[in-house]
Amino acid sequence: MSEFLLELHSEEIPARMQAKAAADLKKIVSDQLKAAGLVYVDARSFVTPRRLALVIDGLPEKQPDVSEEKKGPKVGANEKALEGFMKANSLVSIDQAEVRNTPKGDFYFVVNEIKGRNTTEVLAEIVVETIKSFPWPKSMKWSKNSFRWVRPLHSILAIFKGETLKGSFDFGNQTLNFGNKTRGHRFLAPDWFEVKNLDDYLHKLRLAKVLVDESERRDLIETQAKELCVAEGLTLKDDQGLLNEVTGLVEWPVLLMGQIADRFMSVPHEVLSTSMKEHQKYFSVLDGDGKLANHFVFAANTETVDGGQTIISGNERVLASRLSDAEFFWDQDKKDKLESRVDALETIVFQAKLGTVANKMGRVSVLASDLAEQTGCNPVYARRAAELAKADLTTGMVYEFPELQGIMGRYYALHDGESPLVAEAIADHYSPLGPSDRCPSAPISVAVALADKIDTLVGFFGIDELPTGSKDPFALRRAALSIIRLITENSLQISLRQAFAASFSAYTGQLTESEDKTIDGLMTFIADRLKVALKDKGVRHDLITAVFALGDEDDLVRLLARVDALAGLLKTDDGANLLAAYRRAANIVRIEEKKDKTVFDATVDTVLLQQPEEQALQEALQGASQEATKALEREDFTEAMAALAGLRPPMDAFFDKVTVNDDDPALRKNRLCLLSRIGVILGQVADFSRIEG
Amino acid sequence: MTNNDMSQSDAKKSDVTNSDDVKVGVNSVDLKSPAQASVKAKAKTKVIVDPEKCVQRLILKLQDYWARQGCVILQPYDLEVGAGTFHPATTLRSLGPDTWRAAYVQPCRRPADGRYGDNPNRLQHYYQFQVIMKPSPANSQELYLGSLDAIGIDSTKHDLRFVEDDWESPTLGAWGLGWEVWCDGMEVSQFTYFQQVGGIECNPVPLELTYGLERLFMYVQGVENVYDLDWDGVPAEEGGKTYGDVFHQNEVEFSTFNFEIASTDELFRHFEDAEAECARILKFGEANAEKNGKAKGNLLPLPAYDQCMKASHLFNLLDARGVISVTERQAYIGRVRELAKACCEAWNKTQQEEA
Repeated sequence: MSEFLLELHSEEIPARMQAKAAADLKKIVSDQLKAAGLVYVDARSFVTPRRLALVIDGLPEKQPDVSEEKKGPKVGANEKALEGFMKANSLVSIDQAEVRNTPKGDFYFVVNEIKGRNTTEVLAEIVVETIKSFPWPKSMKWSKNSFRWVRPLHSILAIFKGETLKGSFDFGNQTLNFGNKTRGHRFLAPDWFEVKNLDDYLHKLRLAKVLVDESERRDLIETQAKELCVAEGLTLKDDQGLLNEVTGLVEWPVLLMGQIADRFMSVPHEVLSTSMKEHQKYFSVLDGDGKLANHFVFAANTETVDGGQTIISGNERVLASRLSDAEFFWDQDKKDKLESRVDALETIVFQAKLGTVANKMGRVSVLASDLAEQTGCNPVYARRAAELAKADLTTGMVYEFPELQGIMGRYYALHDGESPLVAEAIADHYSPLGPSDRCPSAPISVAVALADKIDTLVGFFGIDELPTGSKDPFALRRAALSIIRLITENSLQISLRQAFAASFSAYTGQLTESEDKTIDGLMTFIADRLKVALKDKGVRHDLITAVFALGDEDDLVRLLARVDALAGLLKTDDGANLLAAYRRAANIVRIEEKKDKTVFDATVDTVLLQQPEEQALQEALQGASQEATKALEREDFTEAMAALAGLRPPMDAFFDKVTVNDDDPALRKNRLCLLSRIGVILGQVADFSRIEG
Repeated sequence: MTNNDMSQSDAKKSDVTNSDDVKVGVNSVDLKSPAQASVKAKAKTKVIVDPEKCVQRLILKLQDYWARQGCVILQPYDLEVGAGTFHPATTLRSLGPDTWRAAYVQPCRRPADGRYGDNPNRLQHYYQFQVIMKPSPANSQELYLGSLDAIGIDSTKHDLRFVEDDWESPTLGAWGLGWEVWCDGMEVSQFTYFQQVGGIECNPVPLELTYGLERLFMYVQGVENVYDLDWDGVPAEEGGKTYGDVFHQNEVEFSTFNFEIASTDELFRHFEDAEAECARILKFGEANAEKNGKAKGNLLPLPAYDQCMKASHLFNLLDARGVISVTERQAYIGRVRELAKACCEAWNKTQQEEA
């Protein structure tokens, strides 16, 4: 059992592509090994900025021998068929084939014994195929070659059982032979050296200042960064995304700490953090109170004779230069009140057919103050927050750092002396930005956030600009999810149809689609998003469909309570049997309706109910219906479900004793109408026909 | 980069400052105030860190280094351009099968970046050092790092990194993959393997290196203000000059011109003239090429491309004057791109032809 080691050494691979590349390399090679019948014990891949490596452990020396059986033409088939068969299997005479008796007659068969090839041969082909088919998200040509790789590929190390694999890769204008050499750190150990196996590879690269294993680099960066912070009585601000990115930028991480000049500490800390992270890939550091400290941590990719002093002072200078830009914008922006910037929103297009951002925010402020009652805030505040919510788009800072929209608005609003509640709502109104983002709960924030998203959805649905497949350029799915989260997580009793209608009329005739079409489309859209959102929480999508199918439920909180109650009911034995009984009833009714080409929806004639079981069912149905109605009025869905669950015993008894298709047509019709009532009454809580499983 | 207008994308690699793209947004109102310029008159200082590191000596070192790598050392192109890439030695020479290696300093103009001489990092006129090597050498990265060593950036003291940064010029219909090169966290160069120019696939693929000289030299000299750069290594009392001595007045005057004086009516007219002239030159060449059955010597991509460069600069001036709306801007960029494409196509025909 033997080890195969592969390293593809190239110029710097973009950090964001590395993790997937390592996973792809492992998958592509192991898939090919499996297809070739080469069973191995373990596969592991590694990635650094300059190398993509893979080790396969426990490979056999050769492929297993296989015998392949081929069925040919029938004995006595025409000449052409026989010739074709012989040619395909390299037979000189048809006598070389075996004749076997099958249920369909006598047929020719050949059995080809295929000798397993040496693993080395197969591996060489696999390496070439892997390089050819590698799925880089973006790749390039270089020099005179026609071949594409993420960046120029310089060497292919391929070792099987300690020996260099025989083989090469043809670039089109240049051939790269497989070898057993690699090189270390670009500056600290640039020389080429030979490698025997994985242990040797990892060991020698470590000596050559390269940590091949990205998880080791990541841990090292995190540990060293934390140690630097602890030494200063500070803590590292957690940022896994940045940590992963930095891991992909270094082969030999050396963590260093720099200082932020005091004059910049008066600039909003989000600005400092954003600039450090986005432009410089620096980690932020927090003081004892959890506030941004005047230090930053970064990973250099090298050791220097002066212990990194030159590097630190260089980085501090770069940061100072960046932050003086930010400081300039901060000072300039404050000179104009946020309020005075509202007019400038007229120059920013929201969407060509839907007008400017100023138009939008005019509509949103009316809608937000309408929603204030339901969210429980003063409509004057909601309106004010909505008016100012996007004014920061015209500031220099947000132009420079678009990710700070809203956050800067809060700072400028506070500076202008706006109410802190209003300022908070400005910062919050874009949220939640996804399933894991914080969902606002302050009433003003909720009102403005909802209004903003409702306006967007109604606008785009109103001009028939809908998301298709993977394309959702205006993030409408996210907006719908945000609405769902804002309403359900804050338990708001809001009629969505009414809210959409109010938003529709605020567009004053600008929308090309009809109001009904727009709102119906949106309700379906919201239902779909709700299913996706609740799927993660284990809520069955068919139950949501069953409740949505009632058509009159547009209060999401109530709707979810119904779904919950329904799920609860179906979990009980009574519920499960009720569903089964309902289906039996519905099936009978459907079949008979088809036969008679009619609909059995007439009122049940109590006089015609002859057997005690059908009388009992009729009574139970009426009782359950009344109870359910009362419970529904109280919005006690569990109680309503319990009332319906009580239908199970009379239904079972009915099916046990009563023959539906009686010879007397009047009795038959009456019994079918009775069964039909079951669906109607269950329909008070959900459309049971939509429930699956 | 979401902004793909001409000045920003072309100048992306050319910025003097640490900011990847400079925007004149709402703040341009303040920046245009001439009063501000006069208030902040600069105190004159000249610190010579090392005569070997003065601006002109560093340029000579870069030229010398790249000459030794087999590059043709060219002088700047004599037209206003937004970036060194616009020089025909890069744009046009990137196309065609022939080997081409050149290096040159190119003064670049980005009218919208003028700051009346007040900003220590932003200039409307600055220098790029440009290297183009076709086909890209196998040791491209090593060659580049050698050039940093030549100007005194020692890899044993500094943290040098290649960080993903793909380049695109919507104006030239060009794109490539590569990196921005970081020295201690500062972007000192753009390193690009061109894939397409003028909408035409590059074959062979050229390597393009662009150094923003002011920023790089500020780092080498350790100065915080571009105007404090030691230009000539000569002490002030002996008549030595700083960058400010050479260019400050230039920045003040051109900022005023770019933002306040340039006649927009004339600029619009000049733009249309350049566009029409470019098309006329190309058409004339095509007719001749057809008549004579030969591209080279008949097609006129070089003079036509001059008009394309002019149109591009005129657009940048109009942009600085703030008279091009968001929707119009895309259309103008598209018009310049059409010129660039047509010139590149004509050039490519002259190169692909058997001699």
